[in-house]
Amino acid sequence: MSANQEAALQKEYSPQLGQPPGQPNLNLLKTETRTQENPEEDPVLIKIENMSRVYHINRGRKKERFTAIQDFNLEVRQGEFMTIVGPSGCGKSTLLDLLAGLSFPETGHILIGGQEVKGPALDRGFVMQGYALFPWRTISKNVEFGLEIKKTGKAERRRAAQAYLDLVGLTGFENRLPYELSGGMKQRVAIARAFAFEPQVLLMDEPFAAVDAQTRELLQEELLRIWEKTHKTIIFITHSIEEAVFLAQRVAVMTSNPGTIKEIIDIDLPIPRKSGDLKSSPHFNWIVHKVWKSLHNQEDEELRETENPDIENEIDPDTAL
Amino acid sequence: MHITRLKQFYTRSIAIILFFLLWDFSARFGLVDQFILPTVTQVIEAFGRVIGNGTLWGHFSLSMRRTGSGFLVAVVVAIPLGIVMGWFAKAEEYLDPLLQLFRNTSILAMFPVFILAFGLGELSKSAIVFWGCLWAPLINTIAGVKGVDPILIKSARSMGISVLGLFAKVILPACLPEILTGIRLAAGTGVIILVAAEMLGASRGLGYWIFYAQQRYATAEMYAGIVTISLIGVAINFILAKLEKHIVAWKRQMQ
Repeated sequence: MSANQEAALQKEYSPQLGQPPGQPNLNLLKTETRTQENPEEDPVLIKIENMSRVYHINRGRKKERFTAIQDFNLEVRQGEFMTIVGPSGCGKSTLLDLLAGLSFPETGHILIGGQEVKGPALDRGFVMQGYALFPWRTISKNVEFGLEIKKTGKAERRRAAQAYLDLVGLTGFENRLPYELSGGMKQRVAIARAFAFEPQVLLMDEPFAAVDAQTRELLQEELLRIWEKTHKTIIFITHSIEEAVFLAQRVAVMTSNPGTIKEIIDIDLPIPRKSGDLKSSPHFNWIVHKVWKSLHNQEDEELRETENPDIENEIDPDTAL
Repeated sequence: MHITRLKQFYTRSIAIILFFLLWDFSARFGLVDQFILPTVTQVIEAFGRVIGNGTLWGHFSLSMRRTGSGFLVAVVVAIPLGIVMGWFAKAEEYLDPLLQLFRNTSILAMFPVFILAFGLGELSKSAIVFWGCLWAPLINTIAGVKGVDPILIKSARSMGISVLGLFAKVILPACLPEILTGIRLAAGTGVIILVAAEMLGASRGLGYWIFYAQQRYATAEMYAGIVTISLIGVAINFILAKLEKHIVAWKRQMQ
């Protein structure tokens, strides 16, 4: 496909921007006005500069160095939904651990709101693939966990937990224990827990990877809805290009060995987004293809170095459109 | 509902009833010398006698005090120690062989040492019970802490939890099932150890009383003492099992 064709396609299916998002009606949830028309004008909240992360692995007597992340630069704006895709082992999860303050970079800086990350804190919420619910706590008590650490009063905790459980559609499940819930419901609890203590930033590490396809679509839509209501900054890691494109305002493509940002792709899809119509639209698929190609090129390079250079002739990316 | 409960009672008690019937018949019809095995009614009579004149209560309460104190101190020491040892994997690696050595040394073999150290009084009995009760909760707590799902720890840490908070809100509740199992094992061991210790060197207590009854050929009283011991064991196990079921319902349901 020529550059001209691409431009034409993009023009033809380009959505109208500037639709005002539905204002939330939750008395308890803080809502902020969005500058949807010009997201570029939002201030930069997260700034990662020249960061690297090296692991020292003991292999017998020899100590090996493994560079997980190198020359990493990224800026995320306030209220932005950014997804990160990359091949497995590219350091995506390492990046989130660094952002969470669970580990520290070898060189470079991570700044959130101008402050260097010094360790884990409640200004960031972490949602993991494995739910990580405390099995002995009721659903409500699980959601209250961060607020307990924050030393919020009991009544206030109750109220916040209830509001966020309502928001994720789990009204009536407050006193259940995690084992009584399905995978999708558990992940909703984990999301409610991360939102409940009102962090500025949500870090999500493949949160929907373990649920079935249908539940996954539902959770994606709900996450977008919650994001629109709460206007949090979200960094979301995923294996799925489709998921990355559907959720994000910008998709960051990472390369591996060592992990670094290869390309950042703007997603100019309208908000709010609805899974069914959008995912079958040519514009959506055009963007998916663009991200796929960005990922594919790097895999090609790796392939060319190793074996079977013919394989790229067999898989023609353009025929996929 | 009523029928099933009745049926369950039948299933659970028939073997015991048959056992006592067999016992009574063997004694009553001379299959076994009544001197060695008195009839069940004779044992019940003896039971009533020693309860009535307060003999049983005196020995019972003293034995319970000795077991209780040793057991409680053991649990209070074992749980924090187990948590620390389970958390610091390196420390555990160094200490585990020593632990295994202690644990596998017959507890009663240590009794002479405790008599030497603490004399023949109350302290040596409580101390031997403490020693015997220490290992099960300690080893179970260590295993429990080592088995806590790392993702729970990571999740709590990502919210900036303090070290103390992590232990109180994550580690301890997560390994509570293992700890309770350890406590249950320890309670059983405690009674066994005490009875043996009282038989070896004491002038009061249930163990002494059983031994003494045998020496003066009061076999009905001796059996009353033995039955008391087994009732204590069953009662402790019943209470602790109920408690366990209630506290760690989440764990049982998960499996």
